Amino acid sequence: MPADGLFHAENLSISFGGVKAVRDVSFEIAVGEVFSIIGPNGAGKTTVFNLISRFYDADTGRMTFAGEDMTGVPAHRIAELGIARTFQNTELFDRETVLDNLLVGRHVHRETSLASDILFLPKVRRQEVAFRRKVEDIIDLLDLQQHREAPVGSLPFGARKMVEIGRALCTEPKLLLLDEPSSGLNPEETEDLSFWIEDIVEDLGVTVAMVEHDMNLVATVSNRVLAMADGGVIAVGEATDIQSHPEVLRAYLGD
Amino acid sequence: MRFVLTTRYGQDVDVFRHGGERFWYALLGLVVLAAPWVVSPYNVGELALVFIWAIAGIGLMLLVGYTGLVSLGHAAFFAIGAYSHAILLGYGVPFVVSVPIAVALTAGVGALVGIPALRMTGVYLAVATLAFERIVAFTIEHSDPLTGGLRGMAVEQPSFFGLSIVNDQLFYYLCLGVLVVGLFGAKNLLRSPTGRAFVAVRDSEISAESMGVHLARTKTTAFAVSAGFTGLAGTLFAHKAGYLAPDAFTVQTSIQLLLLVVVGGLGSLHGVVFGAIFVGYLPQALAVARDVLPAAIGQIPGLELGVFGAILVLFLVFEPLGIYGRWLKIRAWFDEFPLYRRATHKRQKSYLRTERVH
Amino acid sequence: MSEVLQLLLSGLSQGCVYGLIALGFVMVYKATEMLNFAQGELMMVGAFVAFTVINLMGLPFVFGVPLTLVAMVAFGMGLERGVLRPMIGEPPFAVLMLTIGLGFVLRAVAGAIWGNEPRTLDVPFAGDVVNLGRIVLGVENLVVIAGTAVLCIALWLFFRYSRIGVAMQAASQNQLAAYYSGVPVKRITSLVWGISAAISATAGMLVAPIALIDPNMGLVGIKAFAAAIVGGFGSLPGAIVGGLVIGVAEQFAGRYLPAGAGEVSAFAILLIMLFVRPEGIFASLQQKKV
Repeated sequence: MPADGLFHAENLSISFGGVKAVRDVSFEIAVGEVFSIIGPNGAGKTTVFNLISRFYDADTGRMTFAGEDMTGVPAHRIAELGIARTFQNTELFDRETVLDNLLVGRHVHRETSLASDILFLPKVRRQEVAFRRKVEDIIDLLDLQQHREAPVGSLPFGARKMVEIGRALCTEPKLLLLDEPSSGLNPEETEDLSFWIEDIVEDLGVTVAMVEHDMNLVATVSNRVLAMADGGVIAVGEATDIQSHPEVLRAYLGD
Repeated sequence: MRFVLTTRYGQDVDVFRHGGERFWYALLGLVVLAAPWVVSPYNVGELALVFIWAIAGIGLMLLVGYTGLVSLGHAAFFAIGAYSHAILLGYGVPFVVSVPIAVALTAGVGALVGIPALRMTGVYLAVATLAFERIVAFTIEHSDPLTGGLRGMAVEQPSFFGLSIVNDQLFYYLCLGVLVVGLFGAKNLLRSPTGRAFVAVRDSEISAESMGVHLARTKTTAFAVSAGFTGLAGTLFAHKAGYLAPDAFTVQTSIQLLLLVVVGGLGSLHGVVFGAIFVGYLPQALAVARDVLPAAIGQIPGLELGVFGAILVLFLVFEPLGIYGRWLKIRAWFDEFPLYRRATHKRQKSYLRTERVH
Repeated sequence: MSEVLQLLLSGLSQGCVYGLIALGFVMVYKATEMLNFAQGELMMVGAFVAFTVINLMGLPFVFGVPLTLVAMVAFGMGLERGVLRPMIGEPPFAVLMLTIGLGFVLRAVAGAIWGNEPRTLDVPFAGDVVNLGRIVLGVENLVVIAGTAVLCIALWLFFRYSRIGVAMQAASQNQLAAYYSGVPVKRITSLVWGISAAISATAGMLVAPIALIDPNMGLVGIKAFAAAIVGGFGSLPGAIVGGLVIGVAEQFAGRYLPAGAGEVSAFAILLIMLFVRPEGIFASLQQKKV
């Protein structure tokens, strides 16, 4: 176990109705890297993310984050630990503006209670202003100014994906999970995305783990790649090695 | 069209975002303050009732319009507020103490109802709240020593500054004051983390949770706050009615409250006020219509509820954003004339979202 | 002993009525994810239609019943086409409110057409009883139970073996997949509404000899929704079982507990169920995937 490991998964397994969706998966994510999970459809990649997000309870195995055991932490405390995520088909608050969506990302940093919120005490106002300052930084970083006041539901898909990344960043995560960030994006947007990911890692110091199909994007941004098939790990290594790994090729192309 | 130049973060946080809004609201405030000296005593009473509807409506709006949880049982909270206040007054508890206790009690019951709601989606919640309302009604009917059972109970009417609370103008200002405070309270919630958590739960539970929103606590809070507002309206209603009987709080009351939030416009506090005016004055409008219409139509039994239902259906099909939504469109038409495009306000639809796992 | 049997019988027959309304409610939900709170009103309309063709037009019972069913299928399909189809894609809450509104409208319209005085449906077996030793059973109650059983078997055969029934099941499990495999989802949805209206109408005709027909008779729908949930929302056999549980409990609570307890027992059972076993007697799981 290397000293700079941020996240560790040991022997994670889960089955749904007798089907093993994830079997005996172990890996680690190091601080400051971009870690990609690839594999054919149904390999269990998103399920791994859902296990990390604690939407599912693993049947076996354990997970640690920043040295602490997080196997039994409830889902709503994951953001507090420092793990934020996006979703394959985006899960935004559609009727709210971009600004309000990002503000929800600040939820974990709130220090006010129901009573002070109802009265809108001065400390609530101070907190709101501080929240907005942070949110505007993220809006600047991801170039979302022109959509600031637009309801998210009315935005094109590419913009929605960026809003979702922005919302995750507003929680100030240590680890950002991106579930197929390039799906639904055009080639130009995908190229932009690779720059954003680099910015996020370098400027904000956030570690990124992503599930991704686009091998170009994976090869461009990833430090390490984990290949999965049928719920199990088949290889871990650098992107170029993984792309030519015989087991990986077999998983993609079939026997 | 107005563009607001934002120069401070605090500006986005404010209730009124520019001077124009402040002016119009101040003018509205003056009109409302002057009304009791201008309109007939009958209408002063009716307006007070509209305010009471609006206060109850704030509660249901926070739950349905902002948290996305359905309740077909809000009449129960209205009743709990009214009865507990009346009972406390009967024991000699002063008005200013009794109201907060009644509100806290109602909020507490609301939180209890919220607990099963944690595990329930739309249909379960709708039916469960309905069941809850029936059980509360049953309990009230069978708690004779406290509530007077089916006979009902008289409400003590206290006096302030030598004026009885039944004085139309005093009561009007009381209700108005409570409504304004209530609207500010609700607005405050909505512009702070608690309210944003409500909305997050409404739009996507799964991502709310991944953003650190505690679903169970948020839903329970929403139920408690919602019940509290409706209970507060109930305490005022007790004085308006003067006499409480179980038949004043039925499923129909719950439905009227839902009509209020739907017709007013889901997800807006303006909608609460529009909806309250609508629900408050609809019976009068119908009474007038009955006289004008030929007897064959005017005397149909159940006409009032039928018209309620028809209006509900028409709004849902043609203007799901309610009166407030319509108002925004009219304003946009004037603002953007002659460039207004209908497509700006085109509705978005979401298709079956649940993927069932068998 | 005789009293217990009597209570059980009338509980079962009342439960059948709840169960049938719940069945219609669940069918529509499974096919469209719409909650039809006007399901009880469909029963009321069905009963009035039967009253019109049998009592007013003088058709014999055996012809009146099928005619009513056909009319109600058409009515259900018309409602779907006219009022509910434009609501596809709106949030579930809007649809729920719409059906509540629809229920009010149907009640007012029924009041306008047929008046508010309670009516009785002329049936050949009115008032007949069966004597089993010391136990006297009302034929009307037995007919309700027998009618429900026949209907359930017919529905089961329909879903199991007919092409259209299988298509309906497919559509209710995954609309999109069904659509891609060539199932005409819109037509199926219409038909589901039609069948569900006819099932409710059957409940109306079965209950009419016992209860009276009036515009507010659909209010028992509320208890049917409770039945649907007690049975395990989404399960068709569950709807019937839930109805029976509530019907029987109501009779016994009404007899042995303080006044008014019968009325409220359905809701008490529901709330207890929600705390103890929220998935209902026949669980059917549903979960959203991300």
